[in-house]
Amino acid sequence: MAEDKFDAIVVGAGPSGSACAYTLAKEGKSVLLLERGNSAGSKNVSGGRLYTYALELLEPDMYKRAPLQRKIVREQIMLLNERGATTVDYFNPDFGEDVPQSYSVVRASLDEWFAAEVEEKGGMLASGVLVDGLIEENGKIVGIRSGEEEMRADIVVAADGVNSLLGQKAGLFPEINSHNVGVGVKETIELPDNLISARFAVKDDEGAARVAIGCTEGISGGAFLYTNKGSISLGIVFNPEQAAKQQRHIQDIFQDFKMHPAIQALIEGGTSVEYGAHLVPEIGYQGIPKRLYRDGFLVVGDAAQLGINTGMIIRGMDLAIVSGLAAARAILKSPAPAECGALYMQQLEELLLMANQKAYQNFHHIFEMSRIFGAYPKLANDAMKFLFTVDGKQPKPMIKGLLDVMKKHASYGQLAADGWKAYRSL
Amino acid sequence: MTIKRLGPEELLSLDKFSIDEGNPHILVDKAICATCTPRACLIVCPARCYRLKDGQVNFEYAGCVECGTCRVMCKDKGVTSWNYPRATFGITFRCS
Repeated sequence: MAEDKFDAIVVGAGPSGSACAYTLAKEGKSVLLLERGNSAGSKNVSGGRLYTYALELLEPDMYKRAPLQRKIVREQIMLLNERGATTVDYFNPDFGEDVPQSYSVVRASLDEWFAAEVEEKGGMLASGVLVDGLIEENGKIVGIRSGEEEMRADIVVAADGVNSLLGQKAGLFPEINSHNVGVGVKETIELPDNLISARFAVKDDEGAARVAIGCTEGISGGAFLYTNKGSISLGIVFNPEQAAKQQRHIQDIFQDFKMHPAIQALIEGGTSVEYGAHLVPEIGYQGIPKRLYRDGFLVVGDAAQLGINTGMIIRGMDLAIVSGLAAARAILKSPAPAECGALYMQQLEELLLMANQKAYQNFHHIFEMSRIFGAYPKLANDAMKFLFTVDGKQPKPMIKGLLDVMKKHASYGQLAADGWKAYRSL
Repeated sequence: MTIKRLGPEELLSLDKFSIDEGNPHILVDKAICATCTPRACLIVCPARCYRLKDGQVNFEYAGCVECGTCRVMCKDKGVTSWNYPRATFGITFRCS
């Protein structure tokens, strides 16, 4: 090349960056995909589950090539108190039929595969490259800097994750707001595959996904558990503002959860093999920066703070892939790719990404009800204890017993207030 | 093997790090930390890189898992500069 200029430089080989680069490379564009880790995925941590539709949008049947873990057919919600656990278990084998709805994933292998797919289509992957800054000329982003090197392109796509230093350097958004993120910690625990299948009552290629509340000492947040092939991903996401206001370290709260009798029984015999942490965009639509582009520059994925958390559904990677696809389509469609920002926003609408974000835009207000993380899980377990206890003594009348349990944890006024708030948020 | 409660050092010993000796990617100004009262970093840094030592906030970048929690939680700007480690350095996740 006479001049090192690409059609596009994509910074970050996570799901959004690779989805974008893959689509561009497939259409014959010259794409440079930069990754600061020694390999794609080596800096990434997620829950994690991938909703398959996103890969299907990118290319039908692509998911069949991906190193996915187990297809999720069992969805579980767990309410914990100190020693007890009340679990709602929804099994639906249809979630695993045709194109299975979702899979557990391990990022080190998923992201590495995805980046290799980009190379397969003719994109250039450069791992072990940290982007330090942007090159700006006449108010336009025209490339990136890495150490002494400069690399230029018609457009730079920032897929540099939740901390998006590039989005900040481009002046698109102020510093990340601590109210908008959760801090997630996670242990990966190896466990023989047959034990996982038996403990979660699934077939060998099927898996369970579990969320749990009542294990955060009242801090807004919750735990997750995903079954992989030969391992379990176990973690908690905390609201960092609330966590900081109490005395216990979040590691200790996480370890308490891991050692809870109901969790320990699931992972017993396993081996902890990795510990990681990551920030998570937590407030959905309202956390998305007002501007996701400027001339020569687009922001995708976690960097754009895309995310949906309903308490039951936790989405990030699918939205990342769809946003990467939207960016690529905008670049491909635009006669002047540097000015494709408005087209990108249009693609986010057309691909229904924004509609999905908006559908849950008030959901995060539910998590402002502190009783969800303490009083209510305790109430559920005390109610269960009352219903299932037999000790030969004079039993309380059923209704009185249940009302006593309820009153112990929440007043009628509190219940009514929370009910109203929940109604308003949904 | 069996499952047990793991302390901070045990958790980090599970991970693979390549340390950029003498070249911290996050800079902390202890003088600012000295007057900070919330000291959120002590509670929320998932790797416990921030600890009290003789009443002072002490920062050790070697075990940083590069999550950015201190970046968003440091209200008094004791974290004066936050970057990722230089390429090839820092944590390498293999199965997360």
